[in-house]
This record gives sequence, C-alpha cells and structure tokens, in this order.
Amino acid sequence: MKLDPAIRDQVLSTVPSLRAFAISLCGHVDRADDLVQETLLRALAHIDSFQPGTNMPAWLFTILRNLFRSEYRKRRREVEDAEGRYADTLKSHPEQTGRVEFNEFRGALAKLPSDQREALILVGASGFSYEEAAAICGCAVGTIKSRVNRARTRLADLLSIDSIDDFGPDRATRAVLTGTGRS
Amino acid sequence: MKPGKPVNVESSAPDAETPQVWDNMGRPTQRKPEVRLGREVQARIGQQLRALYDDVVKEGVPQNISDLVRRLSEQEDPAA
Repeated sequence: MKLDPAIRDQVLSTVPSLRAFAISLCGHVDRADDLVQETLLRALAHIDSFQPGTNMPAWLFTILRNLFRSEYRKRRREVEDAEGRYADTLKSHPEQTGRVEFNEFRGALAKLPSDQREALILVGASGFSYEEAAAICGCAVGTIKSRVNRARTRLADLLSIDSIDDFGPDRATRAVLTGTGRS
Repeated sequence: MKPGKPVNVESSAPDAETPQVWDNMGRPTQRKPEVRLGREVQARIGQQLRALYDDVVKEGVPQNISDLVRRLSEQEDPAA
C-alpha cells in the first residue's frame, strides 16, 4: 500500500523541526541527519501505527528520541563526551548561521544536563505543550516542568552575570539583570 | 518591627545597595542578584533559544531526506 500523500506531506513538514531537535540532542549536524534518516525509515515502516489526525510531530519526535536514547546508552563513553562535542560542534559552525552573538548562548546551553536541555528545547523552541513534551520523553508532566524551570534558572545564572551586555543595550533591562534598577 | 519605633535597617547594613533579606530563621542574609532574575531575562533566553532553533528550521528539508521520504512513500511496502 502506497503512503497517503497527505501523511507523507505531514512527515516532510515535520522534518525541519525534527532536524533542529536532533542537532540539539547530538550536537553534531551529520550525526543528527543520520538520526533523522533512521527515524524516518522506522516511522514509515510502522506508519500503520500512526493514527491519522493525531499529532504527527509528537509521534516523530518520540521515535527520534527513543532511537537516540537506545543508541547512546550502548555508547556510554560518547554520552559522557557529548557535552564537550556538543560545544565544539557548535563552535565550529558559527558561520553557518552568521550569528556570532549566539556563541555564548550556545556555550551555556551545552553546559545544561541533557535531560534539562531536551525539555527546554521541546517546550521553549519546538513549541510542544508540557503534556506533549512529557509524552515524548516518557515522564510525568511535573518532571518536564521542573526540568524546564531548572534549565531556565541555570541559563540565567550562566548568562546574566558575565554577559549582561550581550543581552542587549537596553538600559532598563540591564538594570533588571544586575539588580541595580529601582522599580 | 514594632509600630512607632523607627528602625533604620540600611544604616546598619554593610552595603546599602544590597537588598536586605532574611532567611527562614529570621537571620539577615544576602541573596545573589541572579536569584531574582525575572521575566525579562527569561524572555531573552526564550528569544535566543528560538532564534538558534529556527536557524536550523529555516534550512528546510535537505534534498537527500526529501528523496528518501518520497522514495519510501512510493514503495508498495514501505517496510521492505
């Protein structure tokens, strides 16, 4: 049975966001694209288990995350090295985006524990609800909320003190960040 | 603080610029400025995170992935 073109288009339209998530997990563009391909192979082989009308992005993200987790559990050393590689990879690609001002942010993101980074990206960048993110990660909604909160707090700690100027020239904002403002 | 009795906390504080707070035992303590970072910095974090993510999203679907999906979707049995 050939794939319904509508389903195929749903898959294709999820790919850009799926890649961005994969890069955030792997910290490596080539590896991320391999992971996306593997995810799509698996998804299309099991497309019968997808119920039309349900959440295609959440379904594909779940498959990708599970593949990533199972692959990387087998290679624990790589997991331990993941943060360093993540940071290095992102450092080596600033010209890819032309946004040098994000380097500090990338570095801070790389310092987060992987489960916090994952939760923050799903909710803060991919646009999933807490409930969807919890389903994708196979954990409780409260766990996702807690991870997102800890990730935000940690990023604020990492970014606010030493790089206030990087947050922008707005004096009022700087005052808030440094705690010198009076409201 | 008893009403009617003026208490100048600031004069006894080593640094009047530092906000004075008390811990749950009622002892004066200091908190670091970053602890009370609020919505401003959270909004900035959100903006940067989305901008970073969207840079990848804007790259769209790589040709090889697009080819793969189209090829698989044309197969009689995608699992084959």
